[in-house]
Amino acid sequence: MKITINGKEMLLVENSARTIDSLLEELDVSQRLYVTVELNGDILDRPTHETTPVAEGDVIEFLYFMGGGSSHVD
Amino acid sequence: MLTDSQIERYSRHIILKEVGGKGQQKLFDGRVLIIGAGGLGAPIALYLAAAGVGTIGIADADDVDLSNLQRQVIHFTPDIGTPKVESARRKMQAINPDVKVITYKEWITAANITAIIADYDFIIDGTDNFAAKFLINDACVLAGKPYSHGGILQFDGQTITVTPGESACYRCIFPEPPPKDAIPTCSQAGVIGVLPGVIGTIQATEAIKYLLGKGDLLTDRLLTYSALRMKFREVPLKRKASCPVCGDNPTITEAKDELDAFTVCDLEGA
Repeated sequence: MKITINGKEMLLVENSARTIDSLLEELDVSQRLYVTVELNGDILDRPTHETTPVAEGDVIEFLYFMGGGSSHVD
Repeated sequence: MLTDSQIERYSRHIILKEVGGKGQQKLFDGRVLIIGAGGLGAPIALYLAAAGVGTIGIADADDVDLSNLQRQVIHFTPDIGTPKVESARRKMQAINPDVKVITYKEWITAANITAIIADYDFIIDGTDNFAAKFLINDACVLAGKPYSHGGILQFDGQTITVTPGESACYRCIFPEPPPKDAIPTCSQAGVIGVLPGVIGTIQATEAIKYLLGKGDLLTDRLLTYSALRMKFREVPLKRKASCPVCGDNPTITEAKDELDAFTVCDLEGA
């Protein structure tokens, strides 16, 4: 199965049971519990990760939390 | 009216057809608030002062620390121990005495943010913690103030500009802050010193474009930057109907502190 993740094409073994949630686990995505997932241009509500299937040709973006800037404690 | 010396100072702006004398006057009449005088705030403050943005507010309760100097380029070694806003103000006025700098030596909270942002045309988030980032988003969206979000971690950065009611806001992407201590901070995970220079300079560019009314703002797209791979990417976004602050049925109707997220660097060090 070919999908695009953060602009990179990826070839995954066929798995009809794959969901967004299982994909996050499969790819060991950082911030897995907090990452925002955009699927084909739409940001998913987190509770739907477990029920949203991943399909051939999907374009997926993982959007991560980033803090940074002025640091109060160093 | 610009004086002869101002015309000379801003000559490289004035010869740009997108700026000209009129645009330079718009910058001079412009009011920008920078929240955070750290890694992101440093280049933002320096460039906005140099550009001749007439009134620049800068807010930070912290003092300059030795470990800041690797990236917070507005602060110098002799400034260690000095309030960051005072250190920043001195450099900004040394670069450009035309600029009025208003300092807020305080943390921005739900109690003070609405009154402070009311005086500005454009707000820039240069903070390091999610409590502040969500608060700034909510207060700006509720007040209809355009603002620039910036975030950095290790070798990666991201930025987006929010025009409330028109473009996607931070909560359209992230409905709520991560739990306390879930995401490492720069002080825990490190940050390459040049990174806030790149992201902060983009944020300052957005403020300048907004004041000029020229070009396309970084709205409805999150710009991400990987310094290690030297790649910029743009992720197209759109407003989310279910957004808790700018959606169809908002649950957030006033600025409030995200106490759970009040974590990363602020409380333990306060």
